[in-house]
Amino acid sequence: MNGRPRWSALPLSLRPPPVALAILFAALTGGALVLVSGHNPLRAYADIVAGSLSLGSLPDTLNWATPLVGMTLVAAIPLRGGMVNLGGDGQLVIGGLIGALVPLVLPGPGAVAAAAALAAAALGAGLYATLAAWGETRHGIPMLISSLLLSYPAVGVTSYLARFPLRDVTTGLPQTAMVPAAARLYPLSGALNVGSLIIAAIAVAVVFVDRRTVAGYELRMRGKNLRFAGYGGVRLDRQAVLTMFMSGAIAGLVGAIVVLGSQFRFIDGALLTPAYTWSGLMAALLVGGEPVGAIVAGLFFAALQTGGFAMQRDTSVPRVLALVLQAIVILFLAMRQGVGRRFR
Amino acid sequence: MSGLFTPFLFQAAVQSITPILLASLAGVLCGRVGVFNLALEGQMLVGAFAAIAGSYFAHSAIVGVAAAMAGAVVFSLVLAYGATIFRGDPVVIGIGMNLLASGLTAYLLRVVFGVSGTFSDPGIVGLGRITIAPLIGVPFLGWAFGRQSALTWVAWALTALVSVVLFKTPVGLRLRGVGEEPDAAETLGVDVAGARIVTVLLAGALAGLAGAQLSLGAVSIFAEDMSAGRGWIAVVAVMLGRNNPLYAAAACVLFGFADAISIHLQSLGLPNQLTDISPYVATLAALVVTHRRRRRAASPPAEVAAATPGKAEARPEGR
Repeated sequence: MNGRPRWSALPLSLRPPPVALAILFAALTGGALVLVSGHNPLRAYADIVAGSLSLGSLPDTLNWATPLVGMTLVAAIPLRGGMVNLGGDGQLVIGGLIGALVPLVLPGPGAVAAAAALAAAALGAGLYATLAAWGETRHGIPMLISSLLLSYPAVGVTSYLARFPLRDVTTGLPQTAMVPAAARLYPLSGALNVGSLIIAAIAVAVVFVDRRTVAGYELRMRGKNLRFAGYGGVRLDRQAVLTMFMSGAIAGLVGAIVVLGSQFRFIDGALLTPAYTWSGLMAALLVGGEPVGAIVAGLFFAALQTGGFAMQRDTSVPRVLALVLQAIVILFLAMRQGVGRRFR
Repeated sequence: MSGLFTPFLFQAAVQSITPILLASLAGVLCGRVGVFNLALEGQMLVGAFAAIAGSYFAHSAIVGVAAAMAGAVVFSLVLAYGATIFRGDPVVIGIGMNLLASGLTAYLLRVVFGVSGTFSDPGIVGLGRITIAPLIGVPFLGWAFGRQSALTWVAWALTALVSVVLFKTPVGLRLRGVGEEPDAAETLGVDVAGARIVTVLLAGALAGLAGAQLSLGAVSIFAEDMSAGRGWIAVVAVMLGRNNPLYAAAACVLFGFADAISIHLQSLGLPNQLTDISPYVATLAALVVTHRRRRRAASPPAEVAAATPGKAEARPEGR
């Protein structure tokens, strides 16, 4: 059939790696876009690389990567089992708001307050995410739809709370009161804080669970073949609920880490404008939810976006180009995956 | 309650139904040929941007609408070829297209018009409203349709047209065959991939119209991500309507009124952060309620399998 590349006849080791091809294709398409808009694509790309990977900008990249890799895990865990969590935005703001409120109401030493805030954020967002799983197991609403639709009420209600009942009236902005200094996450160097270590630890744990535990094996089995997993004794409904709880809990943790580590208060919209959820989802889709690959892809996207800031500063090419490049990589890979298969 | 059912409510409801209805017709067409279209949100957004660009540069709403259709059709090539010839997963392609649309329109907004956020200009010619004087005073129907843009009329006419074509013509029979039993259709000499590609592109034109209604209908502006979940609501309407244009239209009416009631609540002083969520809550409620009704059906809805990536084998289109 047409569309099947000639290299499908080559031995596996000699075929061009699909991810590299996808990135090359995205770079060429994006380059054309930059060229048409009257800028030099080579200079734009050089700015992206220098602005993300040079020694001076590496901490910024890692700081940006912390929530992005976190949200990558949020997307990757359900994807591993063939489920999609599109509600990351809602879970993120729930975690962020809880993380901002707990230290304000909880007396006691700062570290305890911070730990309690993180735990409460994870619990709250995790429980909210299980609603989506429950929608699928009990009501037959595809999780893809239920998780996304549940996201809008969460965003709306947290936005309302930050704007009206919980607003810090000493400022004119839609934000909650400042978190006490003692309850903030311990800074490591520059913008980096303990939150990055927490996410790194979670990433390691997710990889371990995926590769070495029964739960990880059962989830992969579900992803490969739902019916087989059910026939083999996996309790599918319980698995869906637990998987979504873990996914949502990590999203809540990410929200609380951003609040307690960088913003020190819940600012309406601040967790959503960087589109961590969607970049993370793209990173996870890139590798079909395989955690190590997803984490690498998340780091790559974080570098791309951090470099995007430098590019916008130097060449006035808008940094949303980074989002365009990410989407092209995903689309290219989505199609490339099918090309090797026999058509009909 | 008499304060709620005002002429304004009906007008606002029908106005917000229009884009969702056009997009869900696009979704119905794709669903009927066995391509699960999750990209409606992105297709609408591209249409909305192209409509503004066309109207701004040509100073004509007609050109804007044509540009919206053309832009969305070109954009839909990704789904049309990706889900057929290239055998990609339509769920992944749909999500990727939505993100591409969001990034691309934001990029072009900055590069072409030099602004971020929203773009409005007196040079943009909106669609305007068609006022039907004898209808305006008639309760309910007249309130609803007395003053609406041409695209509203187009949307409802297309609903009827799509129903008739799908269920009463040989072409519709073939299209439904392609979706239900692709192998059988192929055996009978129907070009399955070709039929899917043409249908997805046609659906793209409909989604483009939906986008034009968003940016040129009630207001003449483009805002980043202005589709704001309407494409997803259209996806749900398609699911609720089980790929039947009339049932999907009924679902759209529900969402349209939920939207209009939220505008009404806002005018009563409720903060818009809370009222804005009512269409989504109504959607969720509708999904739960309709499932209760259907629970006796033994097999789970096919959409559940279709909406799960990596389940290509379980998709109804077969292999």
